[in-house]
Amino acid sequence: MDNTNIGHHISGQFNKELEDVRNHVLTMGGLVEEQIEQAIKAFTTANVELAELVIKQDNQIDDLEIALDRECTQIMALRQPTAFDLRLLLTVLKIINELERVGDLAEVIAKMTIHTSGIESSKNDPYYEVQHMADLVKSMLHDALDSFARMTVEQVPAITSKDENVDREYASILRQQVTYMMEDPRNITRTLNVLWTVRSLERIGDHACNICEHLVYMIKGEDVRHISREELERKVKGE
Amino acid sequence: MTTEQTRTHAIDMNSILRGRDHAPEQLDITIKIENLNLHYGQKQALHNINMEIPKRRVTAYIGPSGCGKSTLLRCINRMNDLVDSARIDGKILLDNENIYDKSVNVAALRRRVGMVFQKPNPFPKSIFENVAYGLRIQGINDKRTLDETVENALRGAALWDEVKDRLKDNALGLSGGQQQRLVIARAIAIEPEVLLLDEPASALDPISTLKIEELINELKEKYTIVIVTHNMQQAARVSDYTAFMYMGELIEIDSTSQLFTKPKKKQTEDYITGRYG
Repeated sequence: MDNTNIGHHISGQFNKELEDVRNHVLTMGGLVEEQIEQAIKAFTTANVELAELVIKQDNQIDDLEIALDRECTQIMALRQPTAFDLRLLLTVLKIINELERVGDLAEVIAKMTIHTSGIESSKNDPYYEVQHMADLVKSMLHDALDSFARMTVEQVPAITSKDENVDREYASILRQQVTYMMEDPRNITRTLNVLWTVRSLERIGDHACNICEHLVYMIKGEDVRHISREELERKVKGE
Repeated sequence: MTTEQTRTHAIDMNSILRGRDHAPEQLDITIKIENLNLHYGQKQALHNINMEIPKRRVTAYIGPSGCGKSTLLRCINRMNDLVDSARIDGKILLDNENIYDKSVNVAALRRRVGMVFQKPNPFPKSIFENVAYGLRIQGINDKRTLDETVENALRGAALWDEVKDRLKDNALGLSGGQQQRLVIARAIAIEPEVLLLDEPASALDPISTLKIEELINELKEKYTIVIVTHNMQQAARVSDYTAFMYMGELIEIDSTSQLFTKPKKKQTEDYITGRYG
């Protein structure tokens, strides 16, 4: 049974508190998406200033995580939520943890930008391989947050199947970079930077999938962690 | 050194994983309610109730005022017989025997199905006599049997330590929480199979309430308990199974953990999360 309406509590204040939690998660999600966008832009355009800004802004994400933690704890203690309300708060606590770690990974990419800034060859390198993978991962995170905002799970199978593409792309970039290293050891520094960055992107994809799993629990009440993709699809469809 | 030996303590994975898949327990059923309808005059108060109450478990009825939960509870020991306008059809099977059968002795039934009400109602007698009352009316007057039974019942109701030195004092001098536990001691002195509790803690302070809840948890080792409560958190804390009733109908019954985290019916969800439908 789906009952994903945050409103309609007899207590208007309770409605408002849950609505606030949801809005704050979306604010945090928006910030995290922006951080990835900027980190990738900084990396592919060798923009050190932008990278430094990304590192600086990570604090905001950490602050939001702490604030949301506190909000959820307070609602649980004071309202003793049940059913969907309880699952919503439990899910929010998990989602903000995933988002905070995605924020950290954006920071890693920004740091890579600063590392590579000294290497002359990377200044004109568009890093096409990174850009393509980043687009895929960003769309996964965006769709996951969109599903949270709409409180639906229909997009979940599509998002998790994109993760398989991300993994394939990651493996292929890995092979390609090893070849570069073998061709000319002078490529090693560039290659390592690319590897750190795509590794971070691959992890972001995993976090987007985790968010999807938490969403299925929130909306369907089904725990879909550590099961096959086929089984996940069945549970999402409510079979 | 094996992996087992490197652990500082054994991990009981089975106990951790228990309940993970909500595997249904294999339960003995004490009470089976079949197609039960109850009318007060023209007004129908219970609509075709069908449910099973498992043995030595706590089953809670929740629902808004006037939904029929107390009426249903009172059907289980035929208290509604005392209401002139009440008309009942359907069956309630206690150990496979219909309690509404003509051959059933109602007094004997009520010995098997004890009841405790919202407001503690001790008799204006001594603490001892309150607990011994049920035995005396059964004709048991042997002092040793009475002493033993009263002590056991008071211990069972977690009251013995507080009253053992003043058994001859008037029961009305006890606090509300103590009086309620005394009434429970009176009910269990005659060793019923089933205990019906109608809002047993709603007139008590939070500490006395917790004592009663702790007691319920202990009593379920020996008795089948059915409790009506307005306090949903209380139902969540004390019961193994919860039934949600609305306007005389049984909407949903499930294990308490399932009902409070993932109810199947929207009406249940709306009620337990405090929404208007």
